Amino acid sequence: MSQHVVKPTTYYLVFATLIVLTLLTVGLSRVEMAESLHTLIGLTIAVAKASLVILFFMHLFYSTRLTWVVALSGLLWLGILITYTMTDYLTRNWDTISR
Amino acid sequence: MGKHPALAHHFDDLEQQREAGTLGMWIFLATELMVFGGLFTGYTVYRWMYSAAFGEASGHLIWQLASVNTVVLLTSSLTMAMAVHSAATGNRQRLLAFLATTGLLGATFLGTKFYEYYVDYKEELIPFPGFVFADKAPDGKEMWTGYQRVSRVSRTEYIRQVKLFYTLYFIMTGLHAIHMIIGLGVLAWVMRDAYRGRFTPDYHPQVELFGLYWHFVDLVWIFLLPLLYLLGGAH
Repeated sequence: MSQHVVKPTTYYLVFATLIVLTLLTVGLSRVEMAESLHTLIGLTIAVAKASLVILFFMHLFYSTRLTWVVALSGLLWLGILITYTMTDYLTRNWDTISR
Repeated sequence: MGKHPALAHHFDDLEQQREAGTLGMWIFLATELMVFGGLFTGYTVYRWMYSAAFGEASGHLIWQLASVNTVVLLTSSLTMAMAVHSAATGNRQRLLAFLATTGLLGATFLGTKFYEYYVDYKEELIPFPGFVFADKAPDGKEMWTGYQRVSRVSRTEYIRQVKLFYTLYFIMTGLHAIHMIIGLGVLAWVMRDAYRGRFTPDYHPQVELFGLYWHFVDLVWIFLLPLLYLLGGAH
């Protein structure tokens, strides 16, 4: 994010892709399918959009390795929060197989 | 070797100073990620536990408004990125124009969001004390009938789960909206400095770092959209 000036063309291409992905996620949500599939698709597209925003709009692609470490650490900690919480709930009540 | 006027005494050079600012903002954003992360985790747990109730509740939200708002926010991220570009190329006019457009789009997002809240209020979907919560639809039909498809869940318990969805919905989008309002306030301050010609192509951290914050707020919404609005799609 220091000296490197990103070309506007890059920004416009990223933007176009983001819009397409948005239309895709909304469109697919209207199609009849299993709920888990809706979730998987929705989250996959969201991660793709987020990656584009982080890498190009937030310049992470052009940033130093130290910045990468900080950014990825944040994601790692979020992963720990969600994963460890869910492994607790997902492993409860195995005797009754209920929620 | 002449020192850059913006160089603070505790940095070797401007490059290091810039990097320090960037790192600081990313660290702050990591803490912000954890704030929203707590809410997303709660959402994940209850979405898993009460998937039927969450699906039915989500179906009453206005996904069309949320989708339009997503496009509005993504466009504001584009104009913000272009604002940073304008600052880096020393174009003050374009910088101001892009910053102003970003602010306008942000305000549009908030206006749409608050209109959406108003419609939610009229449809009696607010789960908080002091508000009436919908029991029957306008045509007289009973609402929240999904409990019949879930084993061992009474309608009372089911409605409790439905209300939990709406609680998470209002708090998560509300916290997001607060971040946007604060963002617009900071944006006004950045615009004032830009107008006064405070930024140079080689040093304009306020624009860059505010940009990082703005994109982060966009990121949160990118996840809020599918998780809150696009569940009850074809149900």
